[in-house]
This record gives sequence, structure tokens and C-alpha cells, in this order.
Amino acid sequence: MKPQGIIDGGARNRRKFLADTARTACSIGIAGLALAHLVRGAQSRPANAVRPPGAGADDRFLSTCVRCGLCVNDCPYPTLRLARIEDDVAVGTPYFVARDYPCEMCDDIPCVAACPTGALDKRLTSIDDARMGLAVLTDKETCLNFLGLRCDVCYRVCPLMGKAITLEYRPNRRTGEHAAFIPTVHSDACTGCGKCEHACVLEEAAIKVLPGSIAKGRLGSHYRLGWQEKERKGEALVKGITDLPDRMPEGRP
Amino acid sequence: MSTKAYPGRDAIKAKGWFAAHRWLIIRRLSQFAFLGLFLIGPLSGYYLVKGSIASSLTFDTLPLTDPYILLQSLAAGHVPEMTALVGALIVLAAYLVVGGRVYCAWVCPVNIITDAAHWLRVRLGIQGGLKFSRSVRYWMLGMTLIIAFLTGVLAWELVNPVTLIYRGLIFGLGWAWGAALALFLFDLLISERGWCGHLCPVGAFYATLGRFSVFRVRAVYRDDCDDCMDCYAVCPEQQVIPAALKGAKQNTGPVIDAGACSNCGRCIDVCALSVFQFGSRFAGPTNPARRPPADTKLRTAA
Amino acid sequence: MNMNRRDFVKANAAAATAVAAGMSLPATMKEAKAAAKSAGDGIRWDKGVCRFCGTGCGVLVGTKDGRVVATQGDPDAPVNKGLNCIKGYFLSKIMYGKDRLTKPLLRGAGGKFDKNSDQFSEISWDQAFDVMAEKWKAAIDPEDPKGATKVGMFGSGQWTVWEGYAAAKLMKAGLRSNNIDPNARHCMASAVGAFMRAFGIDEPMGCYDDLEHADAFVLWGANMAEMHPILWSRLTNTRLTKPGSEVHVLSTFEHRCFELADNGMIFTPQTDLAILNYIANHIIETKAYDKDFLDKHVNITKTVTDIGYGLRPNHPLEKKKTGKGGKLTKIAFEEYAKAVSKYTLDYTAELSGVPKDKLLKLAKLYADPKKKISSYWTMGFNQHTRGVWVNGLLYNVHLLMGKISEPGNSPFSLTGQPSACGTAREVGTFAHRLPADLVVKHPKHRAAAEKIWKIPDGVIPPKPGYHAVLQNRMLKDGKLNAYWVMCTNNMQAAPNMNEEGLPGYRNPKNFIVVSDPYFTVTAQAADLVLPTSMWMEKEGAYGNAERRTQFWRQQVKGPGASKSDLWQLVEFSKRFKLSDVWSKAVIAKSGYGADKSLYEVLYANGQVDQFPADPVKDAAGNVYGNDESEHFGFYLQKGIFEEYRRFQFEGPKKGHEMADFDTYHNSRGLRWPVLDGKETLWRFREGYDAHVPKGAGMKFYGKPDGKANIIFAPYEPAAESPDKEYDLWLSTGRVLEHWHSGSMTRRVPELYRTFPNAKIYMHPDDAGKRGLKRGQEVKVQTRRGEVLTRVETRGRNKPPMGLIFMPWFDASQLVNKLTLDATDPLSKETDFKKCACRVVKA
Repeated sequence: MKPQGIIDGGARNRRKFLADTARTACSIGIAGLALAHLVRGAQSRPANAVRPPGAGADDRFLSTCVRCGLCVNDCPYPTLRLARIEDDVAVGTPYFVARDYPCEMCDDIPCVAACPTGALDKRLTSIDDARMGLAVLTDKETCLNFLGLRCDVCYRVCPLMGKAITLEYRPNRRTGEHAAFIPTVHSDACTGCGKCEHACVLEEAAIKVLPGSIAKGRLGSHYRLGWQEKERKGEALVKGITDLPDRMPEGRP
Repeated sequence: MSTKAYPGRDAIKAKGWFAAHRWLIIRRLSQFAFLGLFLIGPLSGYYLVKGSIASSLTFDTLPLTDPYILLQSLAAGHVPEMTALVGALIVLAAYLVVGGRVYCAWVCPVNIITDAAHWLRVRLGIQGGLKFSRSVRYWMLGMTLIIAFLTGVLAWELVNPVTLIYRGLIFGLGWAWGAALALFLFDLLISERGWCGHLCPVGAFYATLGRFSVFRVRAVYRDDCDDCMDCYAVCPEQQVIPAALKGAKQNTGPVIDAGACSNCGRCIDVCALSVFQFGSRFAGPTNPARRPPADTKLRTAA
Repeated sequence: MNMNRRDFVKANAAAATAVAAGMSLPATMKEAKAAAKSAGDGIRWDKGVCRFCGTGCGVLVGTKDGRVVATQGDPDAPVNKGLNCIKGYFLSKIMYGKDRLTKPLLRGAGGKFDKNSDQFSEISWDQAFDVMAEKWKAAIDPEDPKGATKVGMFGSGQWTVWEGYAAAKLMKAGLRSNNIDPNARHCMASAVGAFMRAFGIDEPMGCYDDLEHADAFVLWGANMAEMHPILWSRLTNTRLTKPGSEVHVLSTFEHRCFELADNGMIFTPQTDLAILNYIANHIIETKAYDKDFLDKHVNITKTVTDIGYGLRPNHPLEKKKTGKGGKLTKIAFEEYAKAVSKYTLDYTAELSGVPKDKLLKLAKLYADPKKKISSYWTMGFNQHTRGVWVNGLLYNVHLLMGKISEPGNSPFSLTGQPSACGTAREVGTFAHRLPADLVVKHPKHRAAAEKIWKIPDGVIPPKPGYHAVLQNRMLKDGKLNAYWVMCTNNMQAAPNMNEEGLPGYRNPKNFIVVSDPYFTVTAQAADLVLPTSMWMEKEGAYGNAERRTQFWRQQVKGPGASKSDLWQLVEFSKRFKLSDVWSKAVIAKSGYGADKSLYEVLYANGQVDQFPADPVKDAAGNVYGNDESEHFGFYLQKGIFEEYRRFQFEGPKKGHEMADFDTYHNSRGLRWPVLDGKETLWRFREGYDAHVPKGAGMKFYGKPDGKANIIFAPYEPAAESPDKEYDLWLSTGRVLEHWHSGSMTRRVPELYRTFPNAKIYMHPDDAGKRGLKRGQEVKVQTRRGEVLTRVETRGRNKPPMGLIFMPWFDASQLVNKLTLDATDPLSKETDFKKCACRVVKA
């Protein structure tokens, strides 16, 4: 056995050393490229894999999570799991599939408390501020409430019922007598816990928790919503505008 | 110097089977004990230790974090929270005392797999295969940190078989057994002591620590060495032995101070003449006192 | 390609045929399959009724290969127009729970009865009826002038019309026992009592059309958003589309109806009595009342007060009471005005905890002569120790204003069961009743029944039998020994299970039979369990809350040896000879031989068996099975219905007339009285109701003088209120996803998943005060027992401080271990909404 890396005299050995080094460097470089390629795969997560509360964006999370499983240990429900090799999610990282078991939104957020690295952000102190994803009513054609039935299970299981999901009333024009109760998700309150997706009674859920980046649109910065601007300011943005009375027949207001 | 099929026969005769396997047995117990501590929770519902080898919490108070993984996280651009930092410092300090690659020999479950592969390889007389330089692992270490830096992702943790298998055992194996099998077959058929001895960046990281660690194997009675080569035969990092064992001539000390040594203690087990001992890097004279002559007779008797 | 072998053979056959016919086939097998599907999926559709609540949604039932494979809301059904709630969406799954009972099960090993055994063994129907008949005969003394007081039956508002009728007839005319009561005692008895006292005839005067006609809706203890989902969507639509319409909601906790409410009010439990009197007071003080209407159509009365709480006689509360019963005394308008004058705005606001402006807004609404108001209630009013009173107090308000019996003006009692009206109330399954509103204590009514039933006078015992709660007490006391529970899960449903229900069932003196499709909590406590065919496995008829009677044909066969309740009742009657049940004197009077069986006297009596067992066909010519026709050899359902109709037309009370049997099979349900081929939508009002003579304008013909009663009743406190030891109100109830005890809906996996287990809804501050976190396991304790559950501080129900709500559907968390068996002394209905409890960490 020849000890490696031990200084050896001759030029021949030096040349061999350089060649070996170059070969090793190339191999490692290839290995590095392969690893980097794996990283790209890991960065794309299936839409139904939801991160625990406080995980934030995936690029941050993948640099911070050490895959220790402490959050999984402290989750009091069967919600959180660590990705296995076969799971299409960066291996070892915690996630949940809402359809299987949603986040129960514990008041004390034990998973965040357990995280040693801050991958689950300790600044998240109220579970209502969690943004694990965003529920989206993806299929209006099969949602029973859009069809006029009285399901609204998603609404009633929502821990932020009335805020994250509201029912918007709409007359059912087909029957002429019934109202349809349209489940409407509000991104300013939805935590992405997935209770709605889990409870949806359809064979394939019509409401799903998606990553916020997929679920949300963005308004152009060149346009403002007048009524919201006015409400925010508490008065008209442009003041001093007058109106003249309309001419009406006598006696009519 | 080829590997012997049955090194340590003399030691068994001289010291008895148990004494000739003492450290091996203790080491295996240690490996399973660590695993056991983690498994008690999921199996019984009562958690002494939570988490996994990457980061854990013992008795709900003692945080421990693998410093190598933390280093990757730092390279990826994230400064972790105090819990993880403190945990990593504790682990770092511990390995600086007991020996860096003690992690490999005493804790890491992959060691059991690769040792088994090696054992079988010797039994089956499998020869040849890929040979890597022992230094490749340091390149790997560097590469994992660079990729973490470049991608901002703990890239190595996507494939790291050590954490993969450990996590698998605690949180559900899935296809992680495939990784274990692959490692076994790699070491058995493709490259002798390929993974732990040549490639693994985790080992490389701890080897780097090991250069400074206090607790080391010492060839205390190197003068007694009768060149039976049993220690070389069992040592997974044979290159670390000569400097200490044969260092008397160069006037180097009896301490095996190469980082690659994992303090596995197999050399102590298999040496019929009990040349090796665990001890402090700093303790004792460089030329130890000779032992009572009665001991040396053991060999002659055999 | 996803194809099994049979599909493959079929597809090949199709290809061969097509080639032979010179046709070209679609390109792929998949398309071929799709084409085959569009051509007809082989499902036979027929009309039916939803199995769940009293709304009575029409459904179409799809059958294929002897199995109900699909349902749909009937797009032409007037109630729901093709819609369903989430329970109705899963109707096709309720019959196919994995643990359907298919054989009779007797407690004890090897088919030998052993009261103390904890195992059941399978036996045949013959063996089952042998054991039953032996127990029944042992409990019956034919010569006892009081009748067979030791046998009893607990029935159901989910029985079909003929099942309820057959049961009442078997008990009252056959076995001579009035100890038959339906589970409707737990839900509608207070409404019935109030209808009888105010109008002399049961069931609402209005109908669902009021949901479109009204300008304002007031909910009194009804969570329609969850319990009557389809009606709620109609109400919501009116609120949305009719300018100026309003919704007022009163409850003891905030529930989903508050979302639509223009005026949501949370009141302290029991103070609804005061609020209603305040409204009457407001109407009188502001002179808004309709004097002309009062003069012509209303008597003013007051009721006896301080009447106790229907507890066991030795209970301290019962010893303290000074009044008894429900006798009405006529009083002058002025006296009434004086009585309600105590209920000022200040007093009522103070007592009820409802802010004054809200109360005033509500009172002004009722007092506004231009607003048409529909008031709705269910269990909040009925499950009330003053249930009959509080129902009546609401009628007072409507009668004061004359806002009744016309489109939009409608005090309307909603029902929770599919046939609480049609069966439990209409065919005489209550302990005091006979078919078509007749009562056992009235000699003329008994005589009329005995005449129609062709039995001698003196068979029907004159004394009302044991009502639901009394039955459990008598079981416990060993005075009721042979007991048959059918089509209901009363162990889970009845109050104070620990102290009354369970000890009663397990009393060694008693033999308990339970007929059910599933092994319910009640079945688990029984000695003999009979497997029952349900819903579409038999021909049926239900009557919903708006007096609509709806029929369906038998679509499929029940599993294994299961039999319909009707089959069980009629078949069991074969086990009795007249000498087993009637005294010698009565038999002699009857002209029947002593050896004649009850079956021959009651069912094969020349009128019930008069219709031949011809195949049942629909208009398209599809033929349906009828297991009872097949077994008994005559069209039993038709025979019973036509005999029942004789009560409606020949009995001493008018107003319950129905169309003939065949008409119902050909209609989507008709609202009685059906006279001259027309339905009745609003009763007591000329033009709408054929019983009101021309020129009368209005006639409450249920009463001899044609006048309705305003009945003054004061506020009186609840039987048990929170105190230091038990510091919270406990209210129980339902959730949308599960129906009643959950024996059907909890077997639908999707519904189970939406709401797997019960929990307590609690105010977050109440939870905080006790150091409880959301989701934490807790014990709810009352003086009668404790239940392990979890805390919910968010979600659908938001109780005020001091009150918790717990649903009762969960067989693993039996909330009726906690409830108090305090009942309304008039209606004998339990107050499941109020008792004192505490919540501690588990």
C-alpha cells in the first residue's frame, strides 16, 4: 500500500501527481454538475406538496432546512412527513399533502418552535399569519356549490371561516328560487392549511392548495382600484369637484 | 501488502475472542445505541431524542446539530438560528475531543454497511475494481460546499447516504434502502473501501476535525511490533498507521494523528502484542516505557 | 388501454356486429366505450325522496344490476328543483356500509339467549320471532283491563307511512298497549302540542312557498343554514332578490345563519319566552294589533304555570312545583295585555342579554302591518322544558297581527326527520294518539278507530301510554319488559343515557329488540337485533314539513335476510292468537274466534288485504319488486294506505284528507288536505282551503268554535342552569354533514372525513380561562356523566362566553351521557339544549 499524497521525489511522480489531480478535479467537476442538476429537480416541488408553516419560499427553505425531522416529531397530527427518495420533493425536507392530511393550524405552532435552524421562521407567532400556500377553487364545473347544491364543506372546515373562505351569494337562475353559495378564497387570510382540500367531498378535490406563486395573479402597477384607493385615503383623492342638479319634472325628486 | 483473509487470529489466541473484538463490539453497540436513541421515540411514542442525526434535541433541552450540514447551510447563504449554531458547536467540540472521524466509526450507520461489504469482499476474495485517491473525499467536500454556495441549496443532502439512511430508519425508509444497497454493492464489487475510505465528504469533514482532536490511537508499544501486518489488514485507512508505528526511526511520535483515522480501534483489537492503545494526543512520553516482559511472551507462546 | 376482459369481449362482439352491418367503428376502443355510454348506461331511473331531513327533497334514484348506483336531485321536484345538500349528494352510499346487518342476532352464544353475554349469535327469523313472541306473551295479561302495559315499542319519524300505521295498529288495536312512541317525541312533540292547543289540528298552516312570498324571516332556534340547507338556499335567494327583505336570527349561540342576518341576536337560554312576550307587549302598547282579526278568529287564554320539568316525581324540582298540566283559561284582552306588560324592553333586554336596539328592531318588524313575516323554528323551540309554551307564544305574536295562513305570513315549524309529519304525527304513533289527529283518551275517537279497524269497542286502552322518556324510566324500573325499538337509535338519542337509557335496556327483567340496518349503539345494547331493509329496499312514503306526502317504489332488494320494518311488524303479528292478547269478554264481543291470529284481524282483515299483489309498474312500464306483496300475497302498502284514508274521510276530524294511493305514485308529492284533486298550500284561509266556507274569510276549523287560541305563558327558568360547580350551559345539536346519530352518514367515507368526530365549540376566552388550547382533549362533565372530546374555538359555531355546543352524531362521544332528562311537562319532549356542565383537561 502506497500512502497517498506523500511527497515523492522524481519529476515523473510530479507529473503523475499533476495528472491525477487534473483527473480528480474533472471527475469531481462532473459529479458537481450532476449534483447541481439534482438541485434543479429538487427546486421544483409538486404543486400538492405543501411546506409547513413559516417555511417561506422554497429557495430560502432549501438553504436552511437541515432535514432533521424535528418539526415532524413535534407535529401532533399525522400531517408532516419528510420527503423520501421517491417523493418528488427535495429529499428529507418536511412537507404535507393536504388531501391526505392537512395542517390543523395549532395555536402554538409546535413545528416552528421545534425548528433548530430557523428554516421554519420563528417570527411566525400567530398561525393565522402562516402562508403555506393558497387555496384555489380550481374547478368551478364540478364544485357542488357552483352547481347550486348545499355542500360548502370547504367553507365550514376552514379554520378562518368567513375570512379565508366566504360564501358569496348568487341567485340560481336555473331554479329561480334558490341561492348558490359560492365559496370564495381570500388570499389576505388564507394560510394554505389545506383543510378545505382535505374535506372536499368530490373524488378529485375541486379546491386545492397551490403554491402562492402559482395561485396568485398580479395587477399592473400602472392601474389602481379607485374604490380601494378612496377607502384607504378615507376621502376622494381629487377634491373640490362639484356636481349640478339634474332637471326633473315637477314633483319628482 | 495484501489484506489477509483472517487477520487477528493471533490476537484471538493471545487475548481471547472477546478481547480481540472488544472495540469492534463496543463500536457496533455504540452505532446501534445512537440509532436506538433516535428510534425509541417513533417506536414507543416517548421521545428521549427527537429529530435525526442532522439535528436533534435530547431530553427537550440539549440541541445537537451536524456541523457539516450547518456548514453547507452557511455556504448556501443562510445564517441559522442560535439553536442550530449552539448545537453545532457542541458537536464540534465533542468531536475535537474524541476524534473527528469517531463520527464515522462510532455513530454513522453507513459504516456498518461498508464494513459488512468489506468483510464479504475479503471472504469472497474479490479483487481489483475502481481505485480512487484517498484525497478525492476532500475534493468532494469542497465540491459540496461550492455547489451549496452556487445553488443556495443544501445540495449534498439530496444524495447524502448517511443522513438519507439515518432519516429513513427513523421517519420511514421508502427507497432509502436502495441507497444502502447501492453503497454495499459499490464497496463490495466496485471499489474496496470506496465510500467511507475515499469518497464520502462527511468523512472528509470529520477527518479535517480529526487532525486536531485530543483522543487518538497511539502505537504505545511500537517497539514490540513484529510486523505481522494484522493492523494493516483491518485498518480501513491503512495509510495512517506507518507514521506512528514505524515513526521511531524518523523520531515521530506514536500518536496516529492523521485525520483519516476514525478511532475505530480495530488495530488495538487485532494486535496480539497490544501495541496500540487509546490515549490523549498530548499524554505520555513519545517513547513509552516498556511493558513487563511477561506480556511479550504471549507471542512466543503462540 | 384500461379494459377488463368482459369489456374486451363486448368490444370485440360490437366490432364483429358492426362489420357485419357494414358500419365503420370509431377509431379507438376508448371512443367505442364512450359511444356506448352515451347511448345508455343501463341505469333505470325512478323518483324517490331523500332519506334525511324533513325538507323532503325529491330525488331520482338510479338502479343497475340490483343496486342503487346513483342518485340525482329531481330537477322537477318543487322543493329542491334538482338540488341536494351534501348528505343528499351521497344518498346512493347510505345503504352500502360494509357492516350492514344481514341476519337476526341474538345475545348469547350458539343461538341461546343470555342477557349477560357480550356476544351475539346469528339466528333465523323464525327463531327470532319465537324468542320475541315468548317474551311478549309472558309480558301480556289478556285479562288486564289496563291493557298490555308491560310491552312497548319505540318508533320513528323515519318509518314509512305504512310502517308507522302498521305499528300503531299492532300495538293499540292488537296488543292493546298504548306504549308506543316515536323518536319524534324528541323533536316535534312540543310543536304538536302547540298546534293542538292553538289550532286544534296538527302541522303548519303554510308551506315552503312562503319562502318566496315573505318580506322578512325570523329564525327562532333554527339553524337552517346547516339543518335545512335547501330551504336555506331558498330563503337566501329571497333575501338577495327581494328589495327590503330582512332576516332576523335568534339563537343561544352564533351559527351559520348569522352570516345572512340583518339582525342577529344571541340570547341567554330560556329567555326566548320573555322575548316573545316583549314583542306581544310592544304590539299591544303600540296598538299595532289587528283588532278585527282578534275579534273574529281568536280566543285569548292563559295556561297553568309553574308546572315542573317533567323529571322523575321524586326530583326536588318536581316536588316544588305548584301547577300541573296545560289547562287553558279564557281571559280578557286587557288581562292578557297586563300579563305581557311586565315584559318591557328594559326588562327583556336585561334578562335575555340582547341589546335593546336589536329587540326593538325585531318587535317593530312583527308590528309592521305591511311586512309579511315567516317565522321558522326547530329544536331551539321544541327541545325546551317550556316547548309548548314557547311555540304558543310565537303564535300569539302572529295571531295578534293576523299574520297567519296566507302567502308569506307563516309561523312554520320545520321538521328534522323525513316523515316526522307524514308518519310519526299523522298515523298515530304517539302514545296518546290514533291516526289522523285522533287521541286515545277521547271515547268517540277510540270508537271511530275501532270501527274502521273492525275490532270491538274496549280494545284500545283509554289511557295514553308511556312516552319516550317515560319508556326508558319504566324499563329501568322494570315495569316495561318487552320492548321493540325500530328505525331509530334511541340509546344514542335519548337523554341521560347513563342514568336511564342504559340501565333500562340492561335491566335483567327486560327483553329489548332493535330493528336497524346497522349495528348502532342501540343495537349494541339490545338482546335481539333484527336486520332491516331501508329506504329504496322497500316501497315507501314520507310526509315532509309542508304536509307533502311523497311515495317511492321499491328499487332494490335488501341485503341478506334483511326485511323491511313493515314486513317485520306484520309477520310478527302472526305469532299472536286473540286469546294471547284480548280478554275473553272482548273476544266474545268481537265475533272473531279465539284462535284467530292478530295477522288475520289486523292485516288480512278483508280491507288491508283487498288489493292484489300485482306487479308494480311505472308509466314507462318498468316493473318493480315488492317484497311484502310477494310474501303476504296482497298489496300490503296500498291496503294500509287506503284503510288509513278512511280515518281521514270517515273519522270525526276533518282536514287530513289525502288523495288515493295510486295518485301519489304518479305525483311528486301532494300537500294535504287534498280535496277535489287539489292540494292545499295555506290552510284556514278562504280560497286556499276547501274546508273554509265561503264568506268566512278565515276559519280555524280544528277548534269547535273556529277560533285559534292566544295562550299567555310567562317566562320561567330552565330546569338546570350553570352554577359554581358546573359553570357552563351545554347545548347539543347537529351539523350539516351528519344526520342525527350518524348511523348512515358516518358510513359514507367522504362525509366521515369532513367531520369525523364530535367536538365542543367554545368561546376562545372560555378556553383560555381554563388553560385549554384549540384541539386539546378535554372532559365535558355534568352531574350525570362525562365525555371525552376536543376543544374547538374556531369554525362554524361561535358560542358566547358561558355556553358550549356539542353535536350528538358521534357514537364514540355520546353526548347524551351528559344531558338531563328534563322534559316539557306538556309535550314530554326533552330539553337537549340546556343543562349545566363543566369542561376540564383530559
